[in-house]
Amino acid sequence: MGQCPLVKAAQSQHGIGLGMTDKEDQIVKQIPHLRRYAAALLRDRDAADDLVQDCLARAFDRLHLWHPSGTMRTWLFTILHNLHVNQTRKRGREPVIRSDTENLERQPTPSDQDTGLVARDLVNALEQLPDEQRSVILLVGLEGLSYADAAEVTGAPVGTVMSRLSRGRERLRQIMDSQPETPLRRIK
Amino acid sequence: MSPPITEAELQAYVDDALDADARARVEDWLAEHPDDAQRVADYADQVQSLRQAYDPVLDEPIPSRMTANTGQRRTSRLLPSWRQLAAAVVLLAVGGAGGWVLRDVWTGFGKDGLNVAQIAISAHSIYVAEKRHAVEVEAKQEKHLVAWLSKRLGQPIKAPSLLTLGYRLVGGRLLPDDGKPAAHFMYEDEQGKRLTVYVRRNIQSRETAFQFVSDKGVSAFYWIDEDFAYALVGTLNRDGLHEAAKIIHRDLASKR
Repeated sequence: MGQCPLVKAAQSQHGIGLGMTDKEDQIVKQIPHLRRYAAALLRDRDAADDLVQDCLARAFDRLHLWHPSGTMRTWLFTILHNLHVNQTRKRGREPVIRSDTENLERQPTPSDQDTGLVARDLVNALEQLPDEQRSVILLVGLEGLSYADAAEVTGAPVGTVMSRLSRGRERLRQIMDSQPETPLRRIK
Repeated sequence: MSPPITEAELQAYVDDALDADARARVEDWLAEHPDDAQRVADYADQVQSLRQAYDPVLDEPIPSRMTANTGQRRTSRLLPSWRQLAAAVVLLAVGGAGGWVLRDVWTGFGKDGLNVAQIAISAHSIYVAEKRHAVEVEAKQEKHLVAWLSKRLGQPIKAPSLLTLGYRLVGGRLLPDDGKPAAHFMYEDEQGKRLTVYVRRNIQSRETAFQFVSDKGVSAFYWIDEDFAYALVGTLNRDGLHEAAKIIHRDLASKR
């Protein structure tokens, strides 16, 4: 094989090409995206990674069921979505009430230090949205899924996805608009 | 009179899911309906804020437990090794191009500049091949793009203009550079030939003149100018690229 010796050496060092299936490879490529989505969905990074872990375990388990007619990404996000829905259903809808200070101390979003204040406000606002609106906003806006793919992942018709997206974004806008400029709460 | 724009079309405009005709109709509508225009701009800001908050997750190393099931735990180490490999390839190319380059690098430029060129060439090679996702934010939102990247880099930056050479801005993206944010602008001419400009904060204090490296037909000029290190990458010949680098340098100096 006319391969560059440097490449060859690096490959043997890392064991590339030794029985790694294409399917597994495709799953691994999606892990950063699954983690990003789960982090935004749950905010708690440990819980998010646990969810991704469950999703991957299930995916590797059922890999033989996956058919290349669909995309691996949609398949994985569907598994993750269903796991999340089941978990929240089991837990019941515990209303999470936290003060803003607690939010900042206990719920570090990724790279809190250099995340802009606006971005942080938005992340806080997102938490006030119903789960199904938040999912769609994140699948479409953060992960760049098409409306059809987001519909497949959430198991809802495209029209429903569109209205969740539209209502969710408008609600976020209202929350952001009512946010005071200073950390002080406006007294009505 | 064209029919009114639907809510679904406005959302699809935000998500860049419209074809050119529909996009033009929405833009006409927005020009005459400032409330909708404001709404659409706010939604686009939401998308950018989300990405700003959560994109860093993409660059985190994958926890090894997540790849344990694949029987190929090495995957989490794949990325760094790939990067080292790319760096090695560029280093070899630099060495092969002649000792003078290396001498310049070690004596005049230091490690920072060479790193910029390495990363810029890697980024160029990856993203110029992209048709649909060459950039994260398109040039039609240039103001937003520049404001966003300035914010991430912590210092106002500009998207240099290369229109005098027939290259228009396609858009740009945020890239990780050794854990720090860097900006990546892409340009394209009528024939679809592409140039990219890579910008990151200057971590050394001194300035340097233009330096040139080339690797398998992809060439870069790189330089450090006060606050930033720049690299211009493309497949132009050395003189053509040098001309473009000078134009960028002048353009940025005049905008300061």
